[in-house]
Amino acid sequence: MSPDNIFESAGEASSNGGNSSERKLGYGAAVVETMAQIMREDESVFVAGEDVGAHGGVFGYFRGLQPEFGEDRVVDTPIAEQAIIGLGIGSAVQGLRPVVDLMFMDFICVAMDQIVNQAAKLKYMFGGGAKLPLTITTAGGAGLSAAAQHSQSLEAMLCHVPGLKVVMPSDAYEVKGLLTSCVREDNPTVFIINKRKLGDTCHVPEELFEIPLGEGHVVREGNDVTVVAIGRMVDEAKGAAEKLSNEGIDCELINPRTVQPLDIDLIVESVSKTGHLVIVHEAVRFGGIGAEIAAQVQEQAFDYLDAPVGRVAAPFSPIPFSPALEKQYIPDAERIVAGIKNLF
Amino acid sequence: MEITDEILIDLYKRMVRVRLFEEEAGRLAESARLPGFLHLYVGEEAVASGVCAALENQDQITSTHRGHGHLLAKGGDFNRMMAELMGKSTGYCNGKGGSMHICDLDLAMLGANGIVGAGVPISVGAAYANKLKKNGLISVAFFGDGATNIGAFHEAANMAAALSLPMLFVCENNEYAEYSPRNKTMAITDVIERAAAYGFPGAIVDGMDCVAVFEATSLAIEKIRKGEGPMMLECKTYRFYDHVGVKGTASNYRTDEEVEEMRKRDPLLVHETRLIDSEVMDAESIQAIKDEVQKEVDMSVEFAENSPSPELEDMLVDVYTTGESS
Repeated sequence: MSPDNIFESAGEASSNGGNSSERKLGYGAAVVETMAQIMREDESVFVAGEDVGAHGGVFGYFRGLQPEFGEDRVVDTPIAEQAIIGLGIGSAVQGLRPVVDLMFMDFICVAMDQIVNQAAKLKYMFGGGAKLPLTITTAGGAGLSAAAQHSQSLEAMLCHVPGLKVVMPSDAYEVKGLLTSCVREDNPTVFIINKRKLGDTCHVPEELFEIPLGEGHVVREGNDVTVVAIGRMVDEAKGAAEKLSNEGIDCELINPRTVQPLDIDLIVESVSKTGHLVIVHEAVRFGGIGAEIAAQVQEQAFDYLDAPVGRVAAPFSPIPFSPALEKQYIPDAERIVAGIKNLF
Repeated sequence: MEITDEILIDLYKRMVRVRLFEEEAGRLAESARLPGFLHLYVGEEAVASGVCAALENQDQITSTHRGHGHLLAKGGDFNRMMAELMGKSTGYCNGKGGSMHICDLDLAMLGANGIVGAGVPISVGAAYANKLKKNGLISVAFFGDGATNIGAFHEAANMAAALSLPMLFVCENNEYAEYSPRNKTMAITDVIERAAAYGFPGAIVDGMDCVAVFEATSLAIEKIRKGEGPMMLECKTYRFYDHVGVKGTASNYRTDEEVEEMRKRDPLLVHETRLIDSEVMDAESIQAIKDEVQKEVDMSVEFAENSPSPELEDMLVDVYTTGESS
């Protein structure tokens, strides 16, 4: 299945789906809607990247922007990741609010100097004089048999760099609220769009709204174990929590929404109540964001912990192509259930 | 175009400001009064001075690790420069950037850069902002010959051309990438060939002559401002001191004779001769300019040495922009 098909299969078409009277919108469609609304209200916002204009992005999440806003504000660039980020940095320093797209998250590695050595540090190195309202959008996550160079979750690498904010929306509602915050933010942000989520719908308000960066969300309240799930893993963790509730384990599910800054207070507070913690992410376990959360929780809530902190994450290998292997690579509800049960 | 006496004197003053500041910085480094790495611009003054004299105040420049000259030629302040070199809180970057990150956004100087070639894509972004805002400004990327071997330069050159941006590429070809001679690191003699590969014009300029640089820049930016897309100048120049510091230990990469030969073409001497021969200035008034600038340099050393260092609580300041967006 091509990325385009994924978007078409369950995207805009289902914007009226479900039995709720509330308006529903797809995850990918929420990117388009948010960008269009922001670009209408703020002329300094423009989009640039490979195939974002005429084609609307390879995942379609910029579709329809160029016809409305023109080629100067929805810019098709060469395949040149360093220059794409440079385009964003230089124009942001000049007062614009660029949204530059790196297509696949794996490609941040091609642009790492501009992201890590330039964008992230520019304000600090310049003695605070510069503002950098730069948003980098990029599609992360596995599950499309896109193999080792088109599936990675590299958020931990970015979280390690002071100066960046790293945002991982888990549904269409968060796409709209978090993307709005990112574009209006005066710091460089990396907005990670999960490509498996593109067609999923949920209630999304028509008007623009902001979800503050750095504030996590309690998806489900519970008393027995705190489960912190990142990005698309929130869906899997919800499934796991449902299963476990039948077995008498009451999960409190926390979605950090942004991994840098990280709402550690919310997690610590929850662990103080439940005494148990499991962290779930698609990225490999070693050195993942789960390691940071585990470390901070033991620093701040050691006395509350009744069991070692558990992590459910990907094994330490590149992402395999074969669907048979990839399915076992990515954490799912079943593995999360097992990971949680391990603690009891 | 007519080169007036004012322009000739202005060019000279810019070069003297760079030269005397840099010589002082070199002395301070040698006596261990400056922390960190120091990449001196001495010998290349004609390039920054010639280019910056031709620019409008708000035309943006991006710079290199050898960036003091670019900021000074654009009108940078001695006190804030020297204080930054000493890591003091009164410096351009509050003492937290240092020599390699010196910048002045009010002068549209978007930073020296510790990563070779990395300023060029940022210049593309500034040029794009100019295009979108239709403000008539251009952005200028300074970079060395060595940077043209780096991917960022090529991505930026292609993108600037593809998007037809108001941007001037200024290559300061000093013949050495750190300690490696050009003929060991590229198979072409003239870097300007690389502009043609991306479909924009360029010219080779005598980078030891500020008037030649000024004239070439003026011609180029006139076309660029008309919307003709990017252009490139390759300024053949030379640095009199080592890649880092004044005279490094690894100095066998070039001979003293070579340096002496190039010093005969010292851009300040070249221009002083012109000023005297054309009776624009006499030796006395030239010396008066130098004396005046040296006084300012001396005062900047005093200012910097008497300035406080940043406090511990400054460590975490300015990692992020906080507060209301504006």
